[in-house]
Amino acid sequence: MVELKFRCAVNSPVDINNSGKPAKKLSESLFIYSSTMRQYLSADKEKELIETANTLMAKGKGLLAADESTASMLKRFQSIALENNEENRRLYRQLLFTGSKDLADYISGVIFFHETFYQCDNNGKPFREILKEKGIIPGIKVDKGLVPLAGTNGENTTQGLDSLSERCAQYYRDGARFAKWRCALKIGDDLPSELCIRETSNVLARYASICQQNGIVPIVEPEVLPDGDHDLGTSQYITEKVLAATYKALSEHHVFLEGTLLKPNMVTAGFDCKKKYKPEDIARATVTALQRTVPPAVPGICFLSGGQSEEEASINLNAINQYSGKKPWALTFSYGRALQASVLTLWTGKSENVSAAQNQLLKRAQAHGAAAKGEYKGGAGGTIGGQSLFEANRNY
Amino acid sequence: MAQYLSADKEKELVQTANLLMAKGKGLLAADESTGSMTKRLQSIGLENNEENRRVYRQTLFTGSKDLAQHISGVILFHETLYQNDDNGKPFRQILQEKGIIPGIKVDKGLVLLAGTNGENTTQGIDGLGERCAQYYKDGARFAKWRCALKIGDGLPSELGIRETANVLARYASICQQNGLVPIVEPEILPEGDHDLETCQRVTEKVLAATYKALSEHHIFLEGTLLKPNMVTAGFDCKKKYTAKDIARATVTALQRTVPVAVPGICFLSGGQSEEDASINLNAINQYQGKKPWALTFSYGRALQASVLSTWAGKSENVSSAQEQLIKRAQANGAAAKGEYGGGAGGKAGDQSLFEANRTY
Repeated sequence: MVELKFRCAVNSPVDINNSGKPAKKLSESLFIYSSTMRQYLSADKEKELIETANTLMAKGKGLLAADESTASMLKRFQSIALENNEENRRLYRQLLFTGSKDLADYISGVIFFHETFYQCDNNGKPFREILKEKGIIPGIKVDKGLVPLAGTNGENTTQGLDSLSERCAQYYRDGARFAKWRCALKIGDDLPSELCIRETSNVLARYASICQQNGIVPIVEPEVLPDGDHDLGTSQYITEKVLAATYKALSEHHVFLEGTLLKPNMVTAGFDCKKKYKPEDIARATVTALQRTVPPAVPGICFLSGGQSEEEASINLNAINQYSGKKPWALTFSYGRALQASVLTLWTGKSENVSAAQNQLLKRAQAHGAAAKGEYKGGAGGTIGGQSLFEANRNY
Repeated sequence: MAQYLSADKEKELVQTANLLMAKGKGLLAADESTGSMTKRLQSIGLENNEENRRVYRQTLFTGSKDLAQHISGVILFHETLYQNDDNGKPFRQILQEKGIIPGIKVDKGLVLLAGTNGENTTQGIDGLGERCAQYYKDGARFAKWRCALKIGDGLPSELGIRETANVLARYASICQQNGLVPIVEPEILPEGDHDLETCQRVTEKVLAATYKALSEHHIFLEGTLLKPNMVTAGFDCKKKYTAKDIARATVTALQRTVPVAVPGICFLSGGQSEEDASINLNAINQYQGKKPWALTFSYGRALQASVLSTWAGKSENVSSAQEQLIKRAQANGAAAKGEYGGGAGGKAGDQSLFEANRTY
């Protein structure tokens, strides 16, 4: 029988099986497998992750990304002339979460920011409990924002790995069942660089590995930004390279793919590209890129909206689901701005507008839910419906 | 950015790949090198010379055209691509007339990786572009290149995995430039006493590295095919597994690594008996789970063992040998649809065809 040896990781995973045996150190050149290797995740843990991932990807449902950091909320509130303080942020999220329970027909999960995860409604009831009672799974953004990569041309990686395991364990205890981590890559002259692709893939894989050790489904988000004037073909090419690197890194870090989700950009031309493309072009480019890179073991793909208008985000998702071709994963949404833009402008911070704003959220969620089934007919309106939500050089 | 392959070239590759993976059909791997044929012909007491090799392949290719119902393509060795039947008609033409696509093994065998514990890579890249162009002119429409990795103490090494993945990607790139669909074969050998789970883990790592390399080399995945091992325990493993275990482990490994853009996966038989190779392929196709690629066969020994022993080098046996080939091809074709009922018999039916330390 081949004897067990395995690599000693710098951040040893939390020993969820509590076997207490230390990892053996190993020289660089050995790379061995054996049946005596401890199961990385127990069968029960694998099962739980799969269940969560599949529930999040239920047909006709998607995610509400309500995880804007405190700094990001500044821009949102400025647009409706509201001060960015903790109470206003609480009131706004209360609006999002305390409407009709019909929301759960279209929203399977909500991604929270840390502050929001521990906030309560006016009666002191935690938001995460309110959602759970509606049958919506709470998730948590765990990264700590973009940081520059020295020596590159304005590229970033993402920080947040320190004590991530302990944080995940606590979030799990407090009811979170999935997490999200965003990296951002730019297309430009010699961008993204090989370093940026490799570094962001690696940090995403580390994050994913730690999440799974703690019962949390990691949403992996390697966003290729829409800034620039590149055409659709270029975006597709870059997206394919980035996703190939992402899945290679996940493989290297022994991530259990069946218990992960992917949150990529749709493949679109840069916002300054002179050539215009139809939803069918976007659908074809997007699905092809995914066919070439995302293993079927991944249960679902929930797109980011990345500055598309609310209506565009529905129409493009719809076209993707109507596209004829192999699509062995759920293809749905994880939208922030494309679910909230009209809600925000309807509310404008006034309590008398809360009801109408909540209806708007339901309406747009319903539109995206239909799009996730390829059944969206258009015209879900909203005050911001057709307006681009692009912010150049957006930082968290 | 210059288009790597023209739209027409892409279309042709996609068409070829899809024809090869037609439902209920698979490949006959008849590309044994001259060296490999020694063992085959010796087993029936025949001298390994050019004429005997020609007569044997003639037996394979000149039977009933019903063969084309189960065989979509044949992989040929260089010598065979240019051999003819008794009437001087080229084998490749005979196959084409039956509606079977000729393919060509283009690698030049395993070579040692210095500094490793007996690992190999594969040579054959030199002049490959020109060779592929010529093969295309002479009617070949797909190619095959085999790398072999071993499971053992410290094996496969990171170098072994990376080097073989890279050379497979170079080969694939050159083929596509010349209109040939590359069959990518990163075989993990069944030698050893490792269990099923170990084979699965190693297969997942090797396939992940393979597709990363193909991505780096800008390979057009829709115009490629994969020829992997099924996931099985090592031949000396004490624990025994069922066909269902093999199916689950194999499909799971593929789900975790093979992009959907790849049109089809045609397994090597790797020393399995003819009957096991059909039964396991059948179980794979019956397995409940996402399988967004064709799952079929590219068998050498598992299609030819009984044919060889039935023929035994005698012209009076040619007819029954050809029937045996059709019978086994039919069994594997049914298995590729998950419809194999078992019992396609044959002299070598259940005999293990394992050869330790096989090199080409």
